[in-house]
This record gives sequence, C-alpha cells and structure tokens, in this order.
Amino acid sequence: MIGHVLFFALAAVLLSAAIGVITSRNPVHSAMFLVLAFFISAGLWLLLEAEFLAIVLVLVYVGAVMVLFLFVVMMLDLNLTRLREGFARYAPLGVVLSLVIVALLANVFWFRAQDTPLMVTPELRSADVSNTRELGSVLYTEHVYAFELAAVILLVAIVAAITLTMRRRPGLKVQDVAKQVAVRREDRVRVVKMDAEKE
Amino acid sequence: MVPVSYYLLLAAALFALGVTGIFLNRKNVIILLMCIELMLLAVNFNFIAFSRMLEDLVGQVFVFFILTVAAAEAAIGLAILVVLFRSRRSINVDDLDTLKG
Repeated sequence: MIGHVLFFALAAVLLSAAIGVITSRNPVHSAMFLVLAFFISAGLWLLLEAEFLAIVLVLVYVGAVMVLFLFVVMMLDLNLTRLREGFARYAPLGVVLSLVIVALLANVFWFRAQDTPLMVTPELRSADVSNTRELGSVLYTEHVYAFELAAVILLVAIVAAITLTMRRRPGLKVQDVAKQVAVRREDRVRVVKMDAEKE
Repeated sequence: MVPVSYYLLLAAALFALGVTGIFLNRKNVIILLMCIELMLLAVNFNFIAFSRMLEDLVGQVFVFFILTVAAAEAAIGLAILVVLFRSRRSINVDDLDTLKG
C-alpha cells in the first residue's frame, strides 16, 4: 500500500518536472526541473531496488552533467525571444505525437501482453541483499570488457571536450618556459663602465 | 510494490514528453539536449523495471553503460555548443544552415 502511494506521488512529481523542462521560458529553469526529475527518478529506482544505480544517477547526473548544463547555459548570452519562436505553432503536433506514442506503448503493455508476467508485482527482496555487491560481481566478471570499453569512451569524451573548447588567443601574455630556460646572461645583463663620481 | 507495467507506462509517458519537448523547442539546442536526457532516462526506467521483473541483473549493467555513454554525449555536445556559440554568437538551430544547398 505504501509502495503504491510512494509510486504515484513520485510519478506525479516526475511527470510535472518533465513538463516543466519542456515548457519553461528560461533554460536555467529547465535545467533545474531536469535536476528535480533526476532526483525523483532516483527515488523511483530505489523503489525498484536498484540502489546502486539510484545513487549513481544522483552523483553523476545531478552532480556532474546538470552542473555542466547550468554552466553552459549561464555562460552563453542567449536571445530567448528568438529561441522561443514557433513554440505555439508546433505545440499541437507535439502533443498529438506524444499521445500517439503513449497510446501505442500502453497498448503493448496492457492489451498485447496480458499473458506475459507484466502485471506481476515483484516480491520485495530481503533486507540483507546487497544490490551493489551483486552488480559488482556481474560487472567485473562477465561484463569486464564492456566495462573497460566504457572507461575508454569516457577518456575519449574528456579528450574531445578539451580539444574542442581549448583555443589559442593571439596577443595573450603567457610565459614561454623554453625561452625562459634558454636565455643567456649576455641577452639580459649589460655591464656599463663609467668613472667614479667626484665632488 | 506496484506492478511492473506501471513503471513501463510511466517510462512511456516520460519518453513521450521528451519527444514533445523536441518538437516544442526546435530552436534551442540546449533544451534539445535536455530532452534527449529525458528520453534516455525513460529508456533506463524500462531497463530497470524489466531487470526487476526478470530477476536478471544484466538490465542494470546495461543502464550503467547507458549512463556512461549519456554523460560522454552530454559533455561533448555541450563542448560543441560552446564552440558553436563562440563562432556564431547564437545557438538557434535556424542559424546553423551553412551547409544548406
């Protein structure tokens, strides 16, 4: 019973947050709504007993990806009125399309899949089952190559993001260490001979 | 616990909202990226619900990899966006028609 209440409350907030993401006037508000959606999703994943992924969602998405989004949104100087052009014109098409998608998927879940165990309520697992331990024991044995590949993808992402955004600006005052090291005394010091001053 | 199909329907609604967002905010590349994140989240919901239903952890491992790839995608997408804004002073999709014939 309490599971039902929690699910419907979280689901309502999640869908409202998603609507907020796509209808906000200000991209900063959209990003904050998306943060809320990720938090609520983490709660729903906890209800599904996927504890590790719930924590990872909060750490990686809320902690890293959304902060990146907010940085970029605030760094860019956007002309919001131009970006909102055509919002109302395409709204009916978008609403119709989303209703069609929901209807098709609900048809599959509820009418085509009556004899599959989709309506089954999974049993709650006992409290001493560790989702993280189970996941780790699968991840580092059966899926270890995929895991390494994921690490390489992250490395590629780091290199790509840095090389894309790094720029050399002309006229910037920076140190040239090689020049500094290669300098000789004769280049810098000039010994001037002069007579001693007399009263 | 609620039946798995409730989660699937919630994920379907979330995915549909992501698609709707792409239609509504056709001009703003940042919101388009956020809508893609919403759709990926909906897909992850499906994976986790089915993983729970079938008592098979591979679904959760797959969500792990989707999260990795989505984080990389967001980082590179935003980097491209920043470079684009530097050269065009705009992120409007309509301004990005240089290759149009």
